[in-house]
Amino acid sequence: MIRLQPRAEPSKLMGYIAPLIALVITLLSGMVLFALLGVPVGAAFYAFFIEPVSSLYGLSELGVKAAPLIMIAVALSIGYRANVWNIGAEGQLILGGICGGAVALYFYEVDAWYVLPLMMLAGVIGGMLWAAIPALLRTQFNANEILTSLMLTYIAGLLLSLLVHGPLRDPDGFNFPESRLLHDAATLPIIMQGTRLHIGALTALFIVVIGWVLLSRTMLGFALKVNGQAPNAGRYAGFTQNRLIWFSLLFCGACAGLAGLNEVAGPIGQLLPSISPGYGFTAIIVAFLGRLHPVGVVFAGLVMALSYLGGESAQISLNLPVAVTGVFQGMLLFFLLAADVLINYRVVWGRARTARRPSSEHGASL
Amino acid sequence: MGSTESKSFENALVSMSGITKAYPGTLANDAIDLVVRRGEIHALLGENGAGKSTLVKILYGLLQADSGHIEWQGVPVDITSPARARELGIALVFQHFSLFDSLSVLENIALGMAVPANKVLQQKIIDVSSRYGLPIDPDRQVYSLSVGERQRIEIVRCLLQEPKLLVMDEPTSVLTPQEVKELFVTLRRLSREGVAILYISHKLNEIKALCSNATILRNGKRVASADPTAESAHSLASLMMGDELDAPSRENRTPSDKVMLRLNNVSVIAVEQHDVPLRQVNLNVHAGEIVGIAGVAGNGQDELLAVISGEQYLSDEQALLLDGEPIGTLSPGQRRQRGLCCVPEERLGHAAVPGMSLSENAFLTAHHRSDLRSVGLINKRKSRRFTERVIEQFNVQCNGHLSLAGSLSGGNLQKFIVGREIEQKPSVFVVSQPTWGVDAGAAAAIHKSLQAMANNGAAVLVISQDLDELMLISDRIAALCAGQLSKVHLTESVSVQQLGLLMGGASIEQGAHV
Amino acid sequence: MSIDSSMLVMIGLTIISAATPLVFAAIGELVVEKSGVLNLGVEGMMLAGAVSGFAVAHLTGSALLGVLTGVGAGMLLALIFAFLTLSLRASQVATGLALTIFGIGLSALLGQPLIGIAYEGIPNYSVPYLADIPVLGQLLFQNDLLVYGSFALVLAVSLFLKYTQAGLIVRAVGDSPDAAHALGYPVLRVRYLATLFGGACAGLAGCYLSMAYAPMWAESMSAGRGWIALALVVFATWRPGRLLFGAYFFGGITILQLHAQAFGIIVPSQLMSMLPYIATIAVLVLISSTGSSLRRNAPASIGQAFHPTK
Repeated sequence: MIRLQPRAEPSKLMGYIAPLIALVITLLSGMVLFALLGVPVGAAFYAFFIEPVSSLYGLSELGVKAAPLIMIAVALSIGYRANVWNIGAEGQLILGGICGGAVALYFYEVDAWYVLPLMMLAGVIGGMLWAAIPALLRTQFNANEILTSLMLTYIAGLLLSLLVHGPLRDPDGFNFPESRLLHDAATLPIIMQGTRLHIGALTALFIVVIGWVLLSRTMLGFALKVNGQAPNAGRYAGFTQNRLIWFSLLFCGACAGLAGLNEVAGPIGQLLPSISPGYGFTAIIVAFLGRLHPVGVVFAGLVMALSYLGGESAQISLNLPVAVTGVFQGMLLFFLLAADVLINYRVVWGRARTARRPSSEHGASL
Repeated sequence: MGSTESKSFENALVSMSGITKAYPGTLANDAIDLVVRRGEIHALLGENGAGKSTLVKILYGLLQADSGHIEWQGVPVDITSPARARELGIALVFQHFSLFDSLSVLENIALGMAVPANKVLQQKIIDVSSRYGLPIDPDRQVYSLSVGERQRIEIVRCLLQEPKLLVMDEPTSVLTPQEVKELFVTLRRLSREGVAILYISHKLNEIKALCSNATILRNGKRVASADPTAESAHSLASLMMGDELDAPSRENRTPSDKVMLRLNNVSVIAVEQHDVPLRQVNLNVHAGEIVGIAGVAGNGQDELLAVISGEQYLSDEQALLLDGEPIGTLSPGQRRQRGLCCVPEERLGHAAVPGMSLSENAFLTAHHRSDLRSVGLINKRKSRRFTERVIEQFNVQCNGHLSLAGSLSGGNLQKFIVGREIEQKPSVFVVSQPTWGVDAGAAAAIHKSLQAMANNGAAVLVISQDLDELMLISDRIAALCAGQLSKVHLTESVSVQQLGLLMGGASIEQGAHV
Repeated sequence: MSIDSSMLVMIGLTIISAATPLVFAAIGELVVEKSGVLNLGVEGMMLAGAVSGFAVAHLTGSALLGVLTGVGAGMLLALIFAFLTLSLRASQVATGLALTIFGIGLSALLGQPLIGIAYEGIPNYSVPYLADIPVLGQLLFQNDLLVYGSFALVLAVSLFLKYTQAGLIVRAVGDSPDAAHALGYPVLRVRYLATLFGGACAGLAGCYLSMAYAPMWAESMSAGRGWIALALVVFATWRPGRLLFGAYFFGGITILQLHAQAFGIIVPSQLMSMLPYIATIAVLVLISSTGSSLRRNAPASIGQAFHPTK
């Protein structure tokens, strides 16, 4: 019989090992899944995990996909640590794309240096505005931000659809629901010739650094962590909870909005009815897999970016549905949550009935 | 002595022998023997952390012993669950009541007895409660009841099972002295009717007044059996605490005339359902004195502390004066900067963050006054030095400054929290329940440091339910009842009974006229 | 503009079919939350139910087998959730999100071959005599069995929670798991069972979507209904009667877009589609800001892990 025995203190080591355990089990389960679907396991494994990153272009694509995930996940990590459960980053991303894209279309064919910064600003503001709604509703009316931010994601998707079917539609586009292609001055510069890797990847790294300093060194980051673990202690220490909720949501809105703008002004280059393959949701998994730590998020973001590329590659070479990606992501999060039990508990085989002396137990937590 | 031993075994209702139970890090029960005879009131005496609760949980089937066995009326039994314990005739009144706030009294009792909540049960409740003078209304929702009424539900629930053994875990910690008297009347009556009572407490006076036999635990071991009526309180205390204890004695201080903390007609309306409104509280605390505030839990203590610490804002800044300056609308941090430090009752989750290290927990409140920041960022080196100073000076047992707050024992964590605030050298120090659930050694250390603070000229306000504690350390004393503060009296001029009157909302003068 | 009775009946029937999945999903979650567990994975469980129910009904031709499979699929996902949160004490919020992501992905994967397949839907059952009543009979007594079932389920849950011993135990566990444990009640077993019941109901809700409401399979066809069901539980302040009312209110809003054009209202379809989500937010704000009744009825321990060893 397997029993869980509480550890005297949480194991730091297991905090690092658990994600690796989860990854390995996800891979094994994936193989079983492929076998069940009748897909040759070796070929599927190759298509999913090797082929996408076997070329320089593939690696650059990894960066393209990882950048938005990392940007959003860093911001989500900060919020989750403060117990602010924003799960509507996808909506905030869409609003960033809409606002930034709208600015680009307003300045259509204006060849000036200020267009791109204005777009970025608009993207950030758009995302923040969308995130401000759940913040306002939570702080003023005590409405649960999980539900409101998620509902706003659906609304954002419909809003984008409405706009590309109407006001922002390409006038010469034969009524296709898409905007004009953004002109050169309104697209992000490429940082590696021959690839799609754009300066958005650099903004992602910039946000990682900001997030890391914020969480580990600043009063604000400390207040966020205290508030998340023990809100009463936060109040006792004099931190204002509402201010922390506002910050968490606005910061995430800004990051997600910028990520959205980066998509529109980067790889996509125009407004379409859909501008994200669910980056805002996947970033939730990235945040957890990265241990809600900005540096961990970088690695987790790369792993999840690979799952997107793998899904696309498997679709092309093996005719597998793209949905496989979602299954993988869900499984990974499950296994991670399960493996996390090892941080606070040790697994004991058999019925341990032996009395333990205090001395032998102390400080023996791995 | 030998003859009484054998006689007690003949009459034994329950006998536990060699009970051992280990947790990671501690041995809670170490080969404990306990015998309770029919119809006796038997005390289980010990300090916090001595292993009383663990032993009781094993007796009630909530925990399984690692080794040892139990005989019930001479027959070996395996008490695997509370249901099995109830079947045998064991009933337990919990220390922290196991009641359901959102359910009615009737539903609560039905759950406790595993029977349907119907008219039959309702009638039984009314019968038993009137027979034993324990009035309760079966249809009331529990959240609307006072602590004393809640305890009545538990007792009625136990009596309805017609138990042979009634176990009471620290039943008086939440009662006024008057309510304690009433409880004792009920218990003696039950004992006369043949019910054995296992009475768990660390209060020596109660045990001397009530019990005919006592088993004394210390550090998870049974150290002695004694007849409490034949022992002095002092001899019981030394059995319970061992000889090493260096308890503080009462001190006389001459406080200055300088009012450090003044509450001017402080009123707060209740927002949440369980809040108690504060009504026109007036209080002065002078430099160099300790003022004690007595009261049964839930009479506005938390609200009073929140108002002083700044967790609850006041609309009128003049309602609260610190050293003559209005602070009623300042934030907790601003108040700290000006020299007002507070410690709330709840250690984990309020005064400290369980999942954070001691270093981080020190930074939590100490960064205002103790310069733990540099260029606006957290200075980990300074935090560490501050923390290590607290650990050393207040003798906190831990694995260094990176230990998590949640991993410390209650007593050590409380020493750390109190030490953290004292180390900031506040001019006014307010602490709620400073020794609640803390072992005797830690309690003595905390009391001494409070006395030292006052001697050094700080104004100290202690809010506590423990009357012995307040009588020992405070220079002046008052009581909170339903959000109203009584007049403040010199501690020397008040008896415990008079204090009981204050806690019940009466004044000492009124009591004299009755 | 004239509205005749047949049109009223038609509108009424669409409201019923839009409300029924919400009723199922929300009443299940209500029981789950009453036991102190917050399962945010309703959307995922609904989709699993929808795709598996549709697939089996299509393959075997038996609606009953389809429904049973859908219910089983919902329970299977709920079991994963229960194992992670109850046995391994993982965060309920995070696990619920994982369940939704997993459910969306898994259903899309399994449902790939089902896209575009037509299904005749669950047959209607006319209640003898009552169905012949004009208007009312057409509206209330010619529905499919699941509609009748949804009403019966709400009534049963309501009676169960209020009057039975087991219902009392569920409420007690949700109010204070520590006290329930101290009295010897099996907190984890109660929560497992409640969570499985919630999964079954969500699976049933999914079946209704793919087998009666649509009836067809499309990726992510629940379109946020699982989340709306969660909001409904809050709106109902954990009371089954109000929940039924709320579900029909939302059902009404959902079908507005279908009928707006019939009334000559020209609004972009996207705006009409936003209505249920906007209404959800509005309702949440309304209920949450008034507070007191919400706090009194909310299960006190909701979302918190329970450690029986303490």
